[in-house]
Amino acid sequence: MDEIIKAPPLSRRRLLGALVATGAAAAVGPRISAAQPDAIITRPIPSTDEKLPAVGLGSWITFNVGYDDVARASCAEVMRDFFEAGGRLIDSSPMYGSSQATIGYGLYTLGKPPALFSADKVWTSPGSRGPPQIEVSRKQWNVPRFDLLQVHNLLAWKEHLPTLFAMKASGQLRYVGITTSEGRRHRDFEQIMRTQPLDFVQVSYNVLDREAEARILPLAQERGMAVIINRPFRQGALIDRVARHPLPSWAGEIGCVSWAQLLLKFIIAHPAVTCAIPATTRPAHARENVGAARGPLPDKVMRQRIESLVEQL
Amino acid sequence: MSEWWTYRPSSFLLFSARTYYRLFELYNAEIWPWQVLALLVGVAILVLLRKPGTWQGRTISALLAASWLWVAWAYLYSRYASINWMATYFAAAFALEALLLIVLGVGHGLVWRPPAAWISRAGIGLATFAVALQPLIGPLVGRSWSQVEVFAVAPDPTVVGTLGVLVLASGWPKWLLLPIPILWCLVSGATAWVMQSPDAALMPAAAALVIVAGGGSVLSRMAPARDASGTPALD
Ligand SMILES: NC(=O)c1ccc[n+]([C@@H]2O[C@H](COP(=O)([O-])OP(=O)(O)OC[C@H]3O[C@@H](n4cnc5c(N)ncnc54)[C@H](OP(=O)(O)O)[C@@H]3O)[C@@H](O)[C@H]2O)c1
Repeated sequence: MDEIIKAPPLSRRRLLGALVATGAAAAVGPRISAAQPDAIITRPIPSTDEKLPAVGLGSWITFNVGYDDVARASCAEVMRDFFEAGGRLIDSSPMYGSSQATIGYGLYTLGKPPALFSADKVWTSPGSRGPPQIEVSRKQWNVPRFDLLQVHNLLAWKEHLPTLFAMKASGQLRYVGITTSEGRRHRDFEQIMRTQPLDFVQVSYNVLDREAEARILPLAQERGMAVIINRPFRQGALIDRVARHPLPSWAGEIGCVSWAQLLLKFIIAHPAVTCAIPATTRPAHARENVGAARGPLPDKVMRQRIESLVEQL
Repeated sequence: MSEWWTYRPSSFLLFSARTYYRLFELYNAEIWPWQVLALLVGVAILVLLRKPGTWQGRTISALLAASWLWVAWAYLYSRYASINWMATYFAAAFALEALLLIVLGVGHGLVWRPPAAWISRAGIGLATFAVALQPLIGPLVGRSWSQVEVFAVAPDPTVVGTLGVLVLASGWPKWLLLPIPILWCLVSGATAWVMQSPDAALMPAAAALVIVAGGGSVLSRMAPARDASGTPALD
C-alpha cells in the first residue's frame, strides 16, 4: 500500500539521520544539504488509486485570523512552505471562522498551486442549508470545485450525504467523506462506514489516542476508504508533553530530526492511514511536518517503542 | 450537540489568544480617535451617577444603550464575528440589551435607591473601575497598549460599567436588564480562561459582585429596620 522508497539498512541517509538526532550533524552539515532528499511517501486513495502525500495541513485555529493582512500573509507563507515541501491536502471547514477565506487568500497569493487537494466540510443543520453553505465555502477557497467534502462531525449526515453523492455523480466534487474527532460517536461512524460508499473518513489518532486502531482503521481498510488523521499532536498538547525531553537517538534511524516528525511517522506508518493533517502557524513547522513523509517509517517494533516512550513521559 | 459532555471549553475556542487581542489592536487603529469620545461618554455617566434623578437616569440609560449598540455593531458583528461565528449571536444579545435600556431605562425610567451604603459603593466602584481602570488591566498583564479595551468601545468594560449602574438601580426593570451583562461576564471569562489570559477571573468576579449586591439589596428590603441608614442621597 505504501509508496515508500525502501532504504537499505545502513544507507548514508539513515546514518545522517542518526547523526542529526544525536546532535553530531553539525560536523557534517554541508554533506547533509548535498544529500538527495527521499521521495515523498504517498498513499493511494482506495476508490481511485490517486496518490496523496502522507502529510497534509489542517487549519483549525491556526488560519482563523480574520481579515488581518499581516496574519493572512503569514498563513500564506505557511501554505507556500507546505507546498514547496511537497504537501498537497489542506483541510478546513465552515466551522473554522475565517480559515477558509485565509486559505483562499493564500491560494490566490501563491498563484493557485496546481498541487492543491482541497478538503473541506459541510457543517450545518438542517440539511437544506448544505448546498448554499458549500457554495459560500467554495467561493471563500476560490476554487472551481472541491476535491473532497466531508460531513463535519456527522452533523445532519443523513441529509448531507445524498447531496454530496449527487455532487460527485455530476462532477462537481471528486470525493465524499465523514469526520469525527477525539473518539466521538465511533459507533454511528462505523455504522455509516458499513452502509455508505464513502471515499474518505477522518478521525483522531495519535500515539496516545489510539481508539481508532481497534475498529475504525481496520474497517476503513476492509471497506477501501482513505483515512485522514486529525489532532495528530492533540492540538499541540502532545508536543508540549514531549518537548522538554531529548529526542531518543534511535529516532535518527527513521530519519526524524524532531519530536513532531517522530509523532507523525508513528501515525502515517499505520497501514490504514492515508494522510495526517497537523495544523501550524509556522512555515518551518509546515516543512518539518511534510518532512515526516520522507524516509523510512517505523516498523511494528519501533511503533511500540514510540508508544511506550511517550506514555512514560 | 451529541455527546456534549465529551467537549471541553477549549473545544469551543476557534482562535488563538494572539488573534483575539490583535483584533482589538486593528479595531482601535481603525476607529481612532473615537475612543476619546467613548471616554467622555464614560466620564459623563460617572458624573451623572453622583445625583441620578429622573432625567439623569434617562440620560445614563440612553448613553449606555448607545454604547451597547455601538459595541454590538462595530465590534461584535463587524469584527469579532470574522473569527467567531458565535459573535453574531452575541451581537444580537447586545442589541437586545440596548433595546431594553431604551425601553426600561429611557422610557420607563430606573429608580435610584440603593438599600445600603456598601451596595452604593460597590455600584459606583464598578462603574468607575470600568471607565478608568479596566482599560489599564491589559497593558498591566503584559498586553500591548494598542490592544487596550475601552469603555463603550470594547464589550468587557461596557458590560462592567453597565453592571455598576444597575447595582445602583432598584425596582423590577433592573432585574430584566441584568441577565445579558451577567451572561456576557461568564462568556468572556470562559474565553479568557481557555486562552489562559492572566486576567480571566476579572469578568466572573464582576458578575459575582453584582450577584452578591443584588442578593444584599433583596435582603435589605426584606429587613427595613436595617436598611438605608447611611446610604448616600441618590434619589
Ligand atoms: N471533527 C473534525 O473534522 C476535526 C476535528 C479536529 C481537527 N480537525 C482537523 O485536523 C487538524 C489538526 O488538528 P488540530 O489543529 O486540532 O491540532 P494538531 O494538528 O494536533 O496540533 C496543532 C498544534 O501543533 C503545533 N505544531 C504543529 N506542527 C508542529 C511542529 N512541527 N513542531 C511543534 N509544534 C507543532 C502547532 O503549533 P505551531 O503553530 O507553533 O506550529 C499547533 O498548536 C485541524 O486543524 C483540522 O483541520 C478536524
